[in-house]
Amino acid sequence: MGTEIEYGISVPGQPGANPMVTSSQIVNAYAARPEISKGGRARWDYEEETPLRDARGFTYTGALYDPAENLADEDTGLANVILTNGARLYVDHAHPEYSTPEVTNPREAVLFDKAGEMTMAEAAHRAAHSPGIGAINLYKNNTDNKGASYGAHENYLMSRRTPFADIVTHFTPYLVTRQVFAGAGRVGIGQDASEHGFQISQRADFFEVEVGLETTLKRPIINTRDEPHADAERYRRLHVIIGDANVAEYATFLKVGTASIVLSMIEDGAFDGSLAVSEPVAELRSISHDPSLTHKVELRNGKRMTAVELQQSILEQAEAYCGADADPATREVLDQWAFVLDALARDPFEVADMLDWPAKLGLLHRYRDRENLDWGSHKLQAIDLQYHDVRPEKGLYHRLVKRGSMKRLLTDAEVMDAMVEPPADTRAFFRGRCLARYPSEVVAASWDSVIFDVGADSLVRVPMMEPERGTKEHVGELFDRCVAAKDLLDVITAE
Amino acid sequence: MAAKDSGGQSQSQRSRQEEDAETTEAAVDPEVAERHEEITEEVDDLLDEIDEVLETNSEEFVRSFVQKGGQ
Repeated sequence: MGTEIEYGISVPGQPGANPMVTSSQIVNAYAARPEISKGGRARWDYEEETPLRDARGFTYTGALYDPAENLADEDTGLANVILTNGARLYVDHAHPEYSTPEVTNPREAVLFDKAGEMTMAEAAHRAAHSPGIGAINLYKNNTDNKGASYGAHENYLMSRRTPFADIVTHFTPYLVTRQVFAGAGRVGIGQDASEHGFQISQRADFFEVEVGLETTLKRPIINTRDEPHADAERYRRLHVIIGDANVAEYATFLKVGTASIVLSMIEDGAFDGSLAVSEPVAELRSISHDPSLTHKVELRNGKRMTAVELQQSILEQAEAYCGADADPATREVLDQWAFVLDALARDPFEVADMLDWPAKLGLLHRYRDRENLDWGSHKLQAIDLQYHDVRPEKGLYHRLVKRGSMKRLLTDAEVMDAMVEPPADTRAFFRGRCLARYPSEVVAASWDSVIFDVGADSLVRVPMMEPERGTKEHVGELFDRCVAAKDLLDVITAE
Repeated sequence: MAAKDSGGQSQSQRSRQEEDAETTEAAVDPEVAERHEEITEEVDDLLDEIDEVLETNSEEFVRSFVQKGGQ
């Protein structure tokens, strides 16, 4: 699994600044880090499906990709970097985006998601100190409150055998209601925030249909993009586009941890369909617009329950499914899920030190009381926005952490380490290590390939169609042994 | 006998508890007040901190945060 986050970007005093240009400046500023710039930067390999030994003049075909993405790459001078931790930092749809390396557990998903935030903070700092570039501010949020929204996506590897219809039926009730713990909070109702008020989710008002392929218009609760970046016969990559960008570590932990459990249950046919929601799109908004958490969701079988109660039903089934022999990582998710739902049922502010929306709403309430402001106040909107500022000195989430007001899963040292070190137990290890170890020889890479130029007649493309191969256990020793990329390729091709 | 004992005990306990509660309330009151003050101070402190870091012209700041749509 992994996350991909588009960050809000703005140049103080210049609302008209071209975001394609500023996003590229951000990416390029970070790419000046020595471990990335030494030996020349590797390109993104857009050639997807055909493993090949290509001619030296390797060119992108890009057929499977959005033209805007290719344009960003060509026009602005490679605003696209692959990091030594296996992540991808690039420009997507006029935003800088960070895609984490592939990980196998929710704690590491949080770790690399937070590493992305720190990467963005450093990129902005570097940009501000580069000649000819001024301050560029980055926000890990999902809307400008003027009608635009940008994504915080999650990806989950699933078995190709699971019927897509099962995912639609059983994942939808979960996705519609999980905002009670995974919402990031928002000042403003409606896509353009024309109605004043606070709501639980940043993204809820931007979803218009139940199922579909789109991600930028008529956004669907369940996205059907089918691009596994792996062996398509065996795997599906479920692209979840409905989530908010969380900054609270426990919110991200629960978001990806509970989603993984629910998807495993769907693969194993553990749900009976009794939680199907009558009007998912409308309910998504109604739940978001009710921070008191008292709104009752109507189910297809006529029952009515709150979003928290619906989540508790899913949890109950998850407990039965996982049983007493759940592995420790799963156990931790189940226990935190239960703890948070119980607290939410009593008083959401009990978990204001764990979740984004209660933390943000708590700040807003106090500020509002002191200043006697109404929800249309610019100050409250500014607090909402600045909660997501990635700068440690300016971001209000960061200030809460500094005061000891937020519970954490990770230390700063762990996160800093994850900015450069790949996860050990996926193919991201191979990708990251190749870039760290053979920076001059790796000319391109993607989720499922690394392409080398070792001075032979043709480039050598190493396909990585199995996400759980190329781990430290599998290839770690090779990197110790092979001083040059050529040595590594000799071993791999001999196998 | 046990019932009577416990009954008596609980009665005396109750009255002692009530007494305790009264004295505790009276005795602890300043502490509670102090704690309350501390919390209020903490909140004031936090709000002051927000004031410190909040972009100076919040109206301009909010208005100029314009994004192109994304995914």
